[in-house]
Amino acid sequence: MIAEKYFNAALLGGLALIAFWAYGADEPFTITLLTKVTILALAGVGLNIALGQGGLISLGHAVFFGIGGYAMGILASHAQSYQPMTLGPWMIEGTKSMPVIWLTAMVSAGLVALSIGLVSLRTNGVYFIMITLAFGQMFYYFSISWPAYGGEDGLSIYVRNSFPGLNTLDPIQFFGITFALLLLALLFHAALVRSPFGLALNAARQSPERVKTVGLNPFRLQLAAFVISGVITGLAGALFADLNRFVSPTMFSWQLSGEIMVFVILGGTARLCGPVAGAAMFIALEHWLGGLSEYWHIYLGLLLLAVVLFAPGGLIGIVTRREAAHD
Amino acid sequence: MTFVLFAEQVLNGVQLGVMLFLMASGLTLVFGVMGLINLAHGSLYMVGAFAAAGVAAATGSFLLALCAALAAAAAAGAIVEMLVIRRLYARDHLDQVLATFALILIFSEGTRWVFGSFPLYLNVPAYLAGPVTLPGGIQYPLYRLFLIVVGLAIAGGLYLMIARTRLGIQIRAGEADREMIAALGVDISRLYTIVFALGAALAGLAGALVGTIQSVQVGMGEPVLILAFVVIVIGGIGSIKGALVGALLVGLTDTLGGVLLPRIFATFMDNSGATSAGSAVASMLIYLLMAAVLFLRPRGLFGGAA
Amino acid sequence: MKSKLIAAAASALTLCSGTLGTAALAGAHMSDVKVGMITTLSGGGAGLGIDVRDGFMLAVKLADTGHIEVVIEDDQRKPDIAVQLADKMIQSEKVDLLTGIIWSNLAMAVVPSATAQGKFYLSPNAGPSALAGKGCHKNYFNVAWQNDNMHEAAGAYANSAGYKNSFILAPNYPAGHDSLTGYKRHYTGALAGELFTQLGQKDYAAELAQIRASGADSVFFFLPGGMGISFLKQYADSGIDLPVIGPAFSFDQGILQAVGDAALGVVNTSQWNKDIDNAANKTFVEAFQAEYGRLPSLYASQGYDTANLLISAMAKADIHDQDAFRAALEEADFESVRGDFAFAPNHHPIQDIYVREVIKEGDVYTNKIIGVALEDHQDVYGADCKM
Repeated sequence: MIAEKYFNAALLGGLALIAFWAYGADEPFTITLLTKVTILALAGVGLNIALGQGGLISLGHAVFFGIGGYAMGILASHAQSYQPMTLGPWMIEGTKSMPVIWLTAMVSAGLVALSIGLVSLRTNGVYFIMITLAFGQMFYYFSISWPAYGGEDGLSIYVRNSFPGLNTLDPIQFFGITFALLLLALLFHAALVRSPFGLALNAARQSPERVKTVGLNPFRLQLAAFVISGVITGLAGALFADLNRFVSPTMFSWQLSGEIMVFVILGGTARLCGPVAGAAMFIALEHWLGGLSEYWHIYLGLLLLAVVLFAPGGLIGIVTRREAAHD
Repeated sequence: MTFVLFAEQVLNGVQLGVMLFLMASGLTLVFGVMGLINLAHGSLYMVGAFAAAGVAAATGSFLLALCAALAAAAAAGAIVEMLVIRRLYARDHLDQVLATFALILIFSEGTRWVFGSFPLYLNVPAYLAGPVTLPGGIQYPLYRLFLIVVGLAIAGGLYLMIARTRLGIQIRAGEADREMIAALGVDISRLYTIVFALGAALAGLAGALVGTIQSVQVGMGEPVLILAFVVIVIGGIGSIKGALVGALLVGLTDTLGGVLLPRIFATFMDNSGATSAGSAVASMLIYLLMAAVLFLRPRGLFGGAA
Repeated sequence: MKSKLIAAAASALTLCSGTLGTAALAGAHMSDVKVGMITTLSGGGAGLGIDVRDGFMLAVKLADTGHIEVVIEDDQRKPDIAVQLADKMIQSEKVDLLTGIIWSNLAMAVVPSATAQGKFYLSPNAGPSALAGKGCHKNYFNVAWQNDNMHEAAGAYANSAGYKNSFILAPNYPAGHDSLTGYKRHYTGALAGELFTQLGQKDYAAELAQIRASGADSVFFFLPGGMGISFLKQYADSGIDLPVIGPAFSFDQGILQAVGDAALGVVNTSQWNKDIDNAANKTFVEAFQAEYGRLPSLYASQGYDTANLLISAMAKADIHDQDAFRAALEEADFESVRGDFAFAPNHHPIQDIYVREVIKEGDVYTNKIIGVALEDHQDVYGADCKM
């Protein structure tokens, strides 16, 4: 426990320090990579609540990521073209304001998570994995063939959205925003784990029957966790779209769902900072192995396999065990 | 739409269904006996297709190519089972998903490394090429009829094997109670390797058979894998009967949906818009079907324990 | 994948072997250009990116200016990776010019932001309509084609071949919609049917049954990559005996061998073929085979032309003087392997689109030109382009 705390502090501190170093050394691309790590970690924090705390193996979290992305893309594209969007009797103006976009992204992702959860949580085990995957595929195919917002071509937003008082086009300032949001999400996660809700959720994962006997409804607990999880991943999607100034159906792809899951497990399932460690390692590998060989996916695959087979606790599992041995 | 066209589309749906069954039966067997969820099943499909293309190019014989597909996929399956998969039986589904996701990466890039980035050539042999005329005047490709016959024959063979042979008894015992068959003196790790290799061989055969009329290329396994998962989830995971029913249901829904929906949309939209909207909905149809089935029956049509 | 080619090394080699680069190009006043190439080198569509890269690098090597440095990165066919690579090349590598993207959706993700940051972009393959019309930019040049061109040519060919009742199909995504619109823009006959298939679909049994029942006299399809291979094989096996027309993408050197006999005799439209009779093309086809041991593809020819366009502009202007360099690019003063080549005001090609037929030369499937579909053809979106 102590070792993990040190590790978390070193990890988050390290991220921020490298960002400041890169700022000083005028290496904007390093900051962009770190921003990507932070955003993907945030998506992982979302999944970690469903997966680590709730035991809900969702292979469809790209849905929420994509919903967040499209919330940003649609609002910003209407603002960009000064054409309000018509929704039945209402006319909605587009916006370039990040807080409004975030809120929209989180609410939409939450609503989608609620409806998917209502259907999917009737199942469990492999069925749950597969039904979440199926919902992901539905959104993916719909976004490709729906022409209004670019279809497979996606939507380009030429200028990054704005945040009051900050210049979001400056890489270090945008990194600051995403890093702050990641910290908030981590604090929220830590508080949630200790809350009565978190304890009940954990109990529901281990033994739904026991939770029922004390008068709680495991279905509702899991549904709430699934929605919270979707909301956080949706926020990450909106940020990711802003990082790239671009959204496309690939944000809904099942490979992306798989990658988000990889972050969580690579770092250490149910560990607070697991997704951060996992995302950092994944991006570092992608960057480094990609430079070594055209066939870098082979090495990535071998490494993932090694983690699953020989280090089931993920990166944080390795670190804390070694630390514990020293004590 | 004329009756002939409709009948032809039904045949197409059945043909897609039986090929999906070849994929799905292996997946569902592996899950039923070993409790393993294997995302890399699509890679074995790809291995079969590449082996067939390689042997067909070297020997010119389609039958040898099919044998090679069976052998290569079974061998790849057995090796993977002994090196990796058997360490995953005791793990939870999460570890299995991640490890087999890693295997997909290794298989795909490994195949590209060996065979290059361009698709390979594999074609229908002369004696199966061209259309035949069926009763009712339906012109139907002979090769697709061959696929239907092979698929149904394998379904029958699997049924007999499971119902009548010693291996079948062990498989059924394994599905019912894993600890029990070990206690009865069955070499359980050998049984697992055989079952996994059998599933792999079926996937490899499907890859070669389907690759013959499609394209043999890296990444061909993943779309089929997802369809196969839809099939076994609809049918009920672990049930061979469910896999057959699910496969036919998915095959018919996908084919007929793609044909009928644009026509239905065309009754109230212009033609270009209808075909676009209709095909958009059609591409989501099987997933809607799956969600509906799971909503009504959370363990699929013929599902037992998950 | 990241590799740097310092052209100086190549220049030493060619000097030793006694061949001299074109004197006009090797001028001492030429200033250095750093090129960032983002293309697809791994995963399913890698064949196209590899060809563009090889064609481009061949031209760089042959011209032997000693002033071009190329940084190559693999986008994995993922838009978000492409955007980040573009950021990296602009922010860290400080490249002067970007090129290499294969797919329209990746181009839409990268090009607007790259040109907005004051970089030149030369497109060796994708030509989405948005970038030819309203979204055009003074620093964006397309050296390949606007996406609609080959489909328009196919429609024009269908008229000249006397087809009156075409069945047309394409995948249900933006490029597929553009394709059918492009065909219909020039085709004057009736439509026996119009279908959008699922992107990535590999089984066309249902579509083939509809074609058979439709009473069409010809079939036009746009199904890039593995989709086209599957369609052609199944079409040949269905016993339907109607003439097929398609854009060059499904009949290119890289995939023809996988289609085999099923493609023989099929007519397709393209702005290039290896038998176009001009000196530049002859040099290109021979040098490409000598260098890489395979026949060049359409994509390789586009990569080769892109590099030669760049080199021609470098000989005339310093890339840091953007206005002069842009003017030099607009002149398109290079020997294109496809013969006559000029830029329209929206920086998209004005070029002939040929009609080709698939033939077998020995054991190798390839194309031969049988006519010209559209002469000096230009896209229709230029009117919307305000530069």
